Amino acid sequence: MSNNYLNMDLLRFTTAGSVDDGKSTLIGRLLYDSKSIFEDQMEAIENASSKKGEEKVNLALLTDGLRAEREQGITIDVAYRYFATPKRKFIVADTPGHIQYTRNMVTGASTANLAIILVDARNGIVEQTKRHSFIASLLGIPHIIYCINKMDLVDYNEKAFSKIKEELTGFSSKLVTKDIRFIPISAINGDNIVNRSHKMQWYEGSTLLHTLENIHIASDYNLIDCRFPIQNVIRPQIKEFHDFRGYAGRISGGVFKKGDEVVVLPSGFHSKIKSIITFNKEIEEAHAPMSVTLTLSDDLDISRGDMIVRENNQPRILKEIELMVCWLGENPLTEKGKYTVKHTSNEVRGIVKEVLYKIDINTLHRNVNDLKINCNDIARITMKLSQPLLVDKYKDNRSTGSLIIIDENTNNTVGAGMII
Amino acid sequence: MNKYQLSHLEELEAESIFVIREVASQFEKPVLLFSGGKDSIICYHLARKAFYPANVPFPIMHIDTGHNFDELYQFRDELVKETKARLIIASVQKSIDEGKVIEEKGINSSRNKLQTTTLLDSINEYQFDCAMGGARRDEEKARAKERFFSHRDDFGQWDPKNQRPELWNLFNGKKNFGEHFRAFPISNWTEMDVWQYIMKENIKIPSLYFSHERECFIRNNVVMAKTDFIKTKPEEKVQKMRVRFRTIGDATCTGATISDADTLEMIINEVSASRTTERGGRADDKRSEAAMEDRKKEGYF
Repeated sequence: MSNNYLNMDLLRFTTAGSVDDGKSTLIGRLLYDSKSIFEDQMEAIENASSKKGEEKVNLALLTDGLRAEREQGITIDVAYRYFATPKRKFIVADTPGHIQYTRNMVTGASTANLAIILVDARNGIVEQTKRHSFIASLLGIPHIIYCINKMDLVDYNEKAFSKIKEELTGFSSKLVTKDIRFIPISAINGDNIVNRSHKMQWYEGSTLLHTLENIHIASDYNLIDCRFPIQNVIRPQIKEFHDFRGYAGRISGGVFKKGDEVVVLPSGFHSKIKSIITFNKEIEEAHAPMSVTLTLSDDLDISRGDMIVRENNQPRILKEIELMVCWLGENPLTEKGKYTVKHTSNEVRGIVKEVLYKIDINTLHRNVNDLKINCNDIARITMKLSQPLLVDKYKDNRSTGSLIIIDENTNNTVGAGMII
Repeated sequence: MNKYQLSHLEELEAESIFVIREVASQFEKPVLLFSGGKDSIICYHLARKAFYPANVPFPIMHIDTGHNFDELYQFRDELVKETKARLIIASVQKSIDEGKVIEEKGINSSRNKLQTTTLLDSINEYQFDCAMGGARRDEEKARAKERFFSHRDDFGQWDPKNQRPELWNLFNGKKNFGEHFRAFPISNWTEMDVWQYIMKENIKIPSLYFSHERECFIRNNVVMAKTDFIKTKPEEKVQKMRVRFRTIGDATCTGATISDADTLEMIINEVSASRTTERGGRADDKRSEAAMEDRKKEGYF
């Protein structure tokens, strides 16, 4: 057997589209054509399709996991799907089209390398297209693929595609995301999904799957700014490792090497990396997003929530932060309200100082008149913190630049914040 | 791949270790549920990696139906001895003896469902505030909706329509007194990832996963092992077959696969060629379309 699997990498993507853009059909098609649907699953959806009186097998039923979803024919919550080709493993965050849309898309987008945004070839850009693009860009997704779907309904016409592509190119120049691509597809018939379409000879680009397999994702992690938030302190109370003191965590940015001069924040202690440990093995260097344990040359008093960085490249230490927030809670954001803020391995209390503006999600305009922030709203706010946090700008580092806001009364996660 | 890029297995491993370390930090008394199946073996392996060179800072707990294969008990006890694990055995038989649950009757009876009561009682008894398990989202459609950190109310119930959003790698384990969490470190792994990782890391697994000869019979198109815990109908002919198990659960509801795969390479080839899911042989999932969702809501794994 080949050891090919040791060289596969991992791409996480999210899908977005309006209600009838064929999102579930597209995912079903990707799974089906890449042979990731099993016979017993197929049998189950065939039964379900015929029970509902549908003629064709409804690939959309594959993605609806909960009883309520299948009964009502809607998707309630983010679901994760998996498939692999010999090149890559894929994790798909499938987010629902209508209920709680923003909240779910933000959740799915937070860990994604790539967003597929579906556009109906008959309708072109609609408000939702702008909304999805804005969220993908806000969440710092590095790659966007616009799939112009239902090409079969516009006779696979090249002009229909080019017109939408041109409009989208103009619009998307305003986004932070720079890698933007366009593919004409028909999810229901499988054109340009896995196999090239014979009906669109004019299209010279790659199929969707080929693009997903080959898009360059090695640069998606920040490998420049060294950040190591400490999760746990490892102190084995056993004889062989009596004086051992290690710091366990997941590298949030950069490359750490044995012998590197480092600074521990917020205390500011200087030390050197003595060793980098994985399971009973020492390594010379480690990079984001590896989980490792570091030991330092000096015995220092450091704990969870502290961060190991390089002297000449440090995060900001802020007690007051400005951020874009997506509100997820059922109760509106309360100005002057107190919340718990979770950031890397740190937890502090925070108070919302000011709401600067709300984004009108349909026009993308700033609204300074209506500052009431409800569920699914996106706003720019400032917060004052009980203790300083070690932060980077979200656009520089999605890990040290993000935080969640927790309601202290309900313990629910009510806000997703991106630090500016 | 370039030097500073992780393979899919390395990235999954890094994510799972991160989750296990978060559980150890955010909860006072976590426990790892251990069935002796490959997924819980992987979780335990990852936990050992996460805290090396210290010992795993939480116990492992086996919810034992008493209807497991001998090979499984033997494997469990050897692993515990070798790695100095702290093992808690929670017995379904005890729950039956104490009258907390009533054993199912009839030919298809299984103790699978009864495990929920034993699990919830044990969580209460030991005051565990987080139970980690090896469930994966690719296994079953209700599990595809599961979070890494999954909140349970004071009845141990799951409310799938009202889950906390989970963003980036920021896990919210806050709860009120009496509530607990379930955490699933290998949520993003598929069956194939698990097998590839077992091979890459050379992890020991029970012999039941490899092809062997065993007395079996066929029920509802599923090959079942003949054990003392399962009654056969007169027309069900018991015969020797070469089989292996794709999943290992309670012997009364886990089907075998006819297979000659007796090495990891052969198993991986078999899994990649397989056209059915691994839970296809699980009678517990076949009871209805939402069988798993219903069991999970009540507090099942």
